[in-house]
Amino acid sequence: MSMDSLITVENLYRYYGELCAVHDLCFEVRRGEVLGFLGPNGAGKSTTMRMIGGNLAPSAGRVLINGVDILDQPMLAKAELGFLPETPPLYRDLTVNEYLTYCARINRIPRAQQSGAIDSAKERCGLTEVGRRLIANLSKGYQQRVGIAQAIIHSPSVVLLDEPTVGLDPIQIREIRSLIRDVANEHSVVLSTHILPEVQSVCDRVQIINRGRLVLNESIEQMSEKLQATTLLVALRLMPSISELESVAGVTSVEALEDGRVRMSYDANNDPSDAIVEQAVANGWGLHELTPERMTLEQVFVDITSSDVNEHEEHGSEGAAA
Amino acid sequence: MIFTIAGRELRGLFLSPLAWSILAVVQLILAYMFLAQIDFFMQLQPRLPTLPGAPGVTEIVAVPLLGNAAMILLLIVPLITMRLISDERRNQTLPLLFAAPISMSTIVLGKFVGVMIFLLIMLLMILMMPLTLLLGSSLDFGVLAAATLGLFLLLASFAAVGLFMSSLTAQPTIAAVSTFGVLLLLWILDWAGNNAEGGQGSDVLAYLSILRHYEALLKGVFNSADVIYYLLFITVFLVLSIRRLDAERMQH
Repeated sequence: MSMDSLITVENLYRYYGELCAVHDLCFEVRRGEVLGFLGPNGAGKSTTMRMIGGNLAPSAGRVLINGVDILDQPMLAKAELGFLPETPPLYRDLTVNEYLTYCARINRIPRAQQSGAIDSAKERCGLTEVGRRLIANLSKGYQQRVGIAQAIIHSPSVVLLDEPTVGLDPIQIREIRSLIRDVANEHSVVLSTHILPEVQSVCDRVQIINRGRLVLNESIEQMSEKLQATTLLVALRLMPSISELESVAGVTSVEALEDGRVRMSYDANNDPSDAIVEQAVANGWGLHELTPERMTLEQVFVDITSSDVNEHEEHGSEGAAA
Repeated sequence: MIFTIAGRELRGLFLSPLAWSILAVVQLILAYMFLAQIDFFMQLQPRLPTLPGAPGVTEIVAVPLLGNAAMILLLIVPLITMRLISDERRNQTLPLLFAAPISMSTIVLGKFVGVMIFLLIMLLMILMMPLTLLLGSSLDFGVLAAATLGLFLLLASFAAVGLFMSSLTAQPTIAAVSTFGVLLLLWILDWAGNNAEGGQGSDVLAYLSILRHYEALLKGVFNSADVIYYLLFITVFLVLSIRRLDAERMQH
């Protein structure tokens, strides 16, 4: 275990009766890293988050926060931890100020530093205006911000956010995401979500969990490479025969779509766009659309989670086609 | 840290109308009983000097008042304690406490202390009634102190049971009903002891009854065994609550 890893999860198991919710999970989160924890509903994301957050004891395995076992020395480990569960733990009968004061106290912030900590948490989460309002009367987006403020108020080195953007409108989602990016500047963040663009926009590293098992663990750059386009959508006014299109350099296969367009697949290293345009002009095909089809994270996600066939085989078949 | 949680609990109580209405209703009912008791004393007063070792105003007015208060608070305390933990569980705010660097025992003790401060306020308000008798009479402070201590320990036991019941469920009403059930059972355990004369088992049952120990203190008899009984009772239920919250993380 390197000194720089803030969260170390070792062989984590969690059973609910017979059901195995988390199976042999191992990973690390390094200082200053934002880890996206992806998975479909019921994959074990929340269970894992709650185990790291000290809310649930693992059936087997260990969780170390900053090198401290959360079960052996919970006080020490939890001081370095901020946790926003799926449902923000808010006292609806308190005002934002009262609530944050309470959070500051139970997180053992020294009395002299409390008001400073509360003010800075409020400012970072955009809550300065609503300090005196009852939490019950705030919108869902603002309640979520109060939840995040609660998690960062004691400047923990690790912040766990469990599905922080669920149930928010698109504008609020954008605000919360920029807030998460801001939080990530000073803390390591573990963000669990089932929304893929969120991971693409915020995280440094992606982990995909399915049925309690870790099925993918990659940096966002590696992930992006995987997302490179390998197909083009082409629309032509004067459609030539399929074989003519297939003869364009680099094109591996052509598929006619129902709406009159064609999907042209190509080898990843040999983009045929230029060749297609040249041919279209030379032969007067009347090209009016040429769109690279991006393989979305969605597809990767679905590929990985729906089939237990691992991705290496897919790579193999692509290679063979080339 | 305990007082932070206790303060939050107390604040929560007074933010809802529940605490206020409970204080008002209890005070109203006990005031009525207090007046009735004074009325009774006034009727008795002419004859009292003729009796040797006659009971004074403390025995006739103050002690029955505290005795009745115990009966009424048996109904009321479950309503105060029901929300302690079950409400946090229902609103899913327990993770806030679990993720903070505080131990389970701090959480449980904090909540217990919070309720006890509220019950202490109620006890003081009740005590003010017999103390007004000082305006026109004198009181036996020894008896009054023993009876007050008895009521205080009794209320603390009620609160400890209530806290434990609240830690078992997510529904405040279920917590209230089961607390009431347990308290009433412990209260009437005494009956079995009274009915079956002499049996060894019924003696034990009678001894376990929370009423039996209170009655001794009400009479002004301060027996450390009674006090220790209550302290053990309270400790047992607080430890059970802590264990219950610890177990919360183990299973789902």
